[in-house]
Amino acid sequence: MKKFINKLDDVLVESLSGFAEAHADIVKLALAPHFLSRKNQALNKVALISGGGSGHEPLHAGYIGYGMLDAACPGHVFTSPTPDQMLAAAQSIATNQGVLFIVKNYAGDVMNFEMAAEMLDVENATIYTSDDCAVVNSTYTEGRRGVAGTVIVEKCVGSLAETGASLAECKALGEKVNERTSSIGIALTSCTVPAAGRPTFSIGEDEIEMGVGIHGEPGRRRVKMQEADAMVKECVEAILADWQQKQLSLTERHETLLLINGFGATPLMELYLIYHSAAKLLKQHGICITRSLVGNYTTALDMAGASVSLCLLDDEIKQHWDSPVHTAALRWGC
Amino acid sequence: MHTAFILDAAKAIQQSILDNEAALESLDRAIGDGDHYINMKRGAQAIVGMQEELASLNTALALNKIGLKLLSTLGGASGPLLASFFMSMAKQWPAAENANPLSIALAFDAGVQAIMLRGKADLGEKTMLDVLIPVSQQFKQLAEKNQSKAYICSALIESAEQGLINTRDLIATKGRAAGLGERAIGHLDPGAKSCQLMITAVCQLALTP
Repeated sequence: MKKFINKLDDVLVESLSGFAEAHADIVKLALAPHFLSRKNQALNKVALISGGGSGHEPLHAGYIGYGMLDAACPGHVFTSPTPDQMLAAAQSIATNQGVLFIVKNYAGDVMNFEMAAEMLDVENATIYTSDDCAVVNSTYTEGRRGVAGTVIVEKCVGSLAETGASLAECKALGEKVNERTSSIGIALTSCTVPAAGRPTFSIGEDEIEMGVGIHGEPGRRRVKMQEADAMVKECVEAILADWQQKQLSLTERHETLLLINGFGATPLMELYLIYHSAAKLLKQHGICITRSLVGNYTTALDMAGASVSLCLLDDEIKQHWDSPVHTAALRWGC
Repeated sequence: MHTAFILDAAKAIQQSILDNEAALESLDRAIGDGDHYINMKRGAQAIVGMQEELASLNTALALNKIGLKLLSTLGGASGPLLASFFMSMAKQWPAAENANPLSIALAFDAGVQAIMLRGKADLGEKTMLDVLIPVSQQFKQLAEKNQSKAYICSALIESAEQGLINTRDLIATKGRAAGLGERAIGHLDPGAKSCQLMITAVCQLALTP
């Protein structure tokens, strides 16, 4: 393992400290229990709190700031944060408009946020993101995983919350965006959890993991490396099949947001190549892309690979995607 | 059973987890996400580090403190699940004068029930419950029959081992391996493995004269 590390036990705190120092104009960091929150806390709005295991940077701390999250609770690498972190974050914001937790649908995250929600004495609600359509047979799952589509949910709900919308309205929009977003990822290599010191899974030089999760957990199947267009085609077809299953009706008037997300070790050059490939295919299917995002937005440490997310827009989602945002990882319009 | 035993049990559990690093890591890398050993090690360390704080408490309070500590140090799914186990077991824990195998078995069972509720899971889903449920059922049955402590402990060690082995051929419907479908068949469940290790460590300690 070759990584920039001083002491294994210090990796998380040193990284969080660096993040807070680099973005001191936007966020502040509290330690033990760890959480990050906006430097200038907005009042009189629903507080949006997300969190999850570390190793997916810039998710979630990179999305704290005007137009997105109010706070984020980072767990250990690939390990859910604990309820004391959520409680401390919620108490530091002290909103009277309620707290909305945005949680990726993994057993650990769900249970820890659930316990925090039970212990919190402020009105609260939770959105579970579950955009990953990689795992097809739902009888074997306890629900789909939340992956890069979470960024779109956080952006749109964050925008709505700034307008003073209610807890119920924010939750409803988040659920709508989640429902209209499907994602699927491909791993070319494994990732290495620093504390483990070796790759999470072994994969042949000529193999890829189709449908990989953002922790390197297996997806649909292990297949031979193919040319990019063939791999992207499987992703796009999986997403469109998922939309069909979700009965999202597509007409020519419909616009979409295409997000090509890198897992950490795939260069932007290849991510744009994937974008080109996916856009070409979607066009053949008569799907119109009017919004796009390409880059490392939901990573899996040092995994090489990428995910494709497609969100079916409507006027409301479009408005909240376009609205001003000022966070460490997403900034436009202000 | 006294708090002193709980403290020794925590040390025995920690040792067992450390001794089984390779097994826990390889199982979790095969069908999980590779963090289970690290989390269990961190949790065991935190509990062993509470020795002084726990020593003066009665057993029920000590068990509850252990649950709260696990809740804030473990993270992942194991955190809330094991925390729910200890906190619910603490609530049902008998007063010192009523402590006997049956009252302890019932407290253990309350802990297992709490895991089922929190995880919305049952037997046969390739999780820690495939070890805990049969162990709990057998614990109650043997205690009701007034079997000796030594007999019960030996039987529970066997029961935990069998429960663990049973996870090998299961398809996971709960937990991180749930996305794997049939690919999880042939692998033991890492959460079941760590539970088997913990139960074995505690039972062996209880068997030590």
